[in-house]
Amino acid sequence: MLRLADVSFAYATFDLRSVSVEVSRGAFVGLIGPNGCGKTTLLRLMAGVVTPATGTVSLDGEPLASLPRRRIAQRIAMVPQETHPAFDYTVIEMVLMGRYPHLGPFAMEGPADLAIAEEALEATGTAHLAGRAYMTLSGGEKQRVIIAGALAQSAGLLLLDEPTASLDLGYQLEVASLLRRLNRERGTTLVLATHDLNLAARLCDRLVLLRGGRVLAEGPTDTVLTSAAVCDLYGVDADVRFHPGAGHLVVTPVATTTGVRPGSDPGQTRV
Amino acid sequence: MRGRVAATVAGFGGLLLVVCLVAPLVGSTPISLARAFDRSIPYADNVDAQIFFVARLPRVVAGALVGAALATAGAVLQALFRNPLAAPETLGVSAGAALGAILAITFASEARFGPLAPVPLASLVGALSAMTVVYLLARSTRRPLSTSVLLLAGVALNAFISAMILFVQYLADFTQTYRAVRWLIGDLDVGAMGPIVASLPVLLSAALLILWLPSALNLLSVDADAAAARGVHVIRVQRMAFVGASLATAAAVSLSGPVAFVGIIVPHLVRLVVGVDHRVVLPAAALFGATFLVLCDLVARTLLNPVELPVGIVTAILGGPFFLWLLVRKR
Repeated sequence: MLRLADVSFAYATFDLRSVSVEVSRGAFVGLIGPNGCGKTTLLRLMAGVVTPATGTVSLDGEPLASLPRRRIAQRIAMVPQETHPAFDYTVIEMVLMGRYPHLGPFAMEGPADLAIAEEALEATGTAHLAGRAYMTLSGGEKQRVIIAGALAQSAGLLLLDEPTASLDLGYQLEVASLLRRLNRERGTTLVLATHDLNLAARLCDRLVLLRGGRVLAEGPTDTVLTSAAVCDLYGVDADVRFHPGAGHLVVTPVATTTGVRPGSDPGQTRV
Repeated sequence: MRGRVAATVAGFGGLLLVVCLVAPLVGSTPISLARAFDRSIPYADNVDAQIFFVARLPRVVAGALVGAALATAGAVLQALFRNPLAAPETLGVSAGAALGAILAITFASEARFGPLAPVPLASLVGALSAMTVVYLLARSTRRPLSTSVLLLAGVALNAFISAMILFVQYLADFTQTYRAVRWLIGDLDVGAMGPIVASLPVLLSAALLILWLPSALNLLSVDADAAAARGVHVIRVQRMAFVGASLATAAAVSLSGPVAFVGIIVPHLVRLVVGVDHRVVLPAAALFGATFLVLCDLVARTLLNPVELPVGIVTAILGGPFFLWLLVRKR
């Protein structure tokens, strides 16, 4: 569905180099890697918010660069890490903004759009909050409302940037089960960038391991997520084993490896 | 949503209509509308008509246009900067206009450029120059406009231009300084329809730019990245917002001088009533801004009857405490 072929992108401080990733329809892909490894940049490239310096990002065979922005947004939605609106929008207003790609600058939302927004609220368990001011919600409620806004976009592909980073354990599991339901029941394709290896192990069927702007490994979660991989990514000795109760791999950090943490430069040798 | 916009426009539009009909009739001298429009009395003898058409009507029209422009510019800038305390003065455009006006008052008050008086023309040029400087400073071809650079550039430019104004005033003689100070207060006593007509092209171009923005400003005021991911051309919208708000400010200030605080009070009052969606906030701010300034001018004209105060004094007296109230309320 979404294919990045040999994509490079440079910022002042770091760069992504010849990244090739494929996200197939209905997949749940996790992007993991240390801080500054390029997860967020990769998501922005996938959403067409930034264009690659070289290489192409294509959606169902069409290069994103050749598609109008609103056409892309009708098919790809993005959920940022945290959202702090400058004004006191209500929950339903926030969710209805997800209809923008279908409406454009002048059209106003009609009953059909309202129905879609209400259904999105329903799906995220936030229908009772519709009239509340977004800013008065708890962290977990906010994140679910933002996901509802992305659902209202009616896009088949959802990109999430650390959607659980600021949430407590209860809300983390709540958002996790919401994402799983979206994937299983609606067939939404999801790409999840996260620091939370256990969340990735719980949800994702495939993982992309990023370090220093390069893909270190890519494949099914059960084969890619290993002690060696965790050590390579973070310089941490970790115990990775299947947890029968949770039903997925569980990563338990044990100690930092003696010596230097692998830097952002993949060419650097570890002492 | 369509209903909300229609109700807002009807409500605030009706209010504006009433105020604009009543305001020209109120003042230090009572006049009769019937007499003002009575064609059987020669214009030279018809004092009511003279007061109505020369003293009051241009003032009301100017008040409505300036109020609408400043309030809309304020609302747009508050969304662009994601900061509810942003105002038309923030960007240095008003200061540029002031420098232009004071240069004209001091050095070129006799110059004529066709039908245009030198002071409004110079202030328009000053405002547009300031806008260009700030824009070039904040521009970068690939990235979104840096709003913090815009704000800081505005602050720096304001300080620099204030110094220039003091310098020019130091060189001015007593009469010129007096006129400059009066101009800086902000006054709607335009005296004729000419300056109003001259400002219309700039006001209309501002309106055409801003007309595109309400939905995009909603998304932008939530999160720039998320807006981009929803199909908003962030860079284009930011530039249109900046230029649109600056043009509106430039036209308003060249007409009336820098009338303080309208751009901040009106958007906030309007949001208390209609909510924060820019598709209702912008039309409501334009209409209520017009109403508000015409009313303030009515107060200014009648408070110390028969002395007519400049409207800038009234808005500033209202605006200072209002601004503080906003700050306290936010915490």
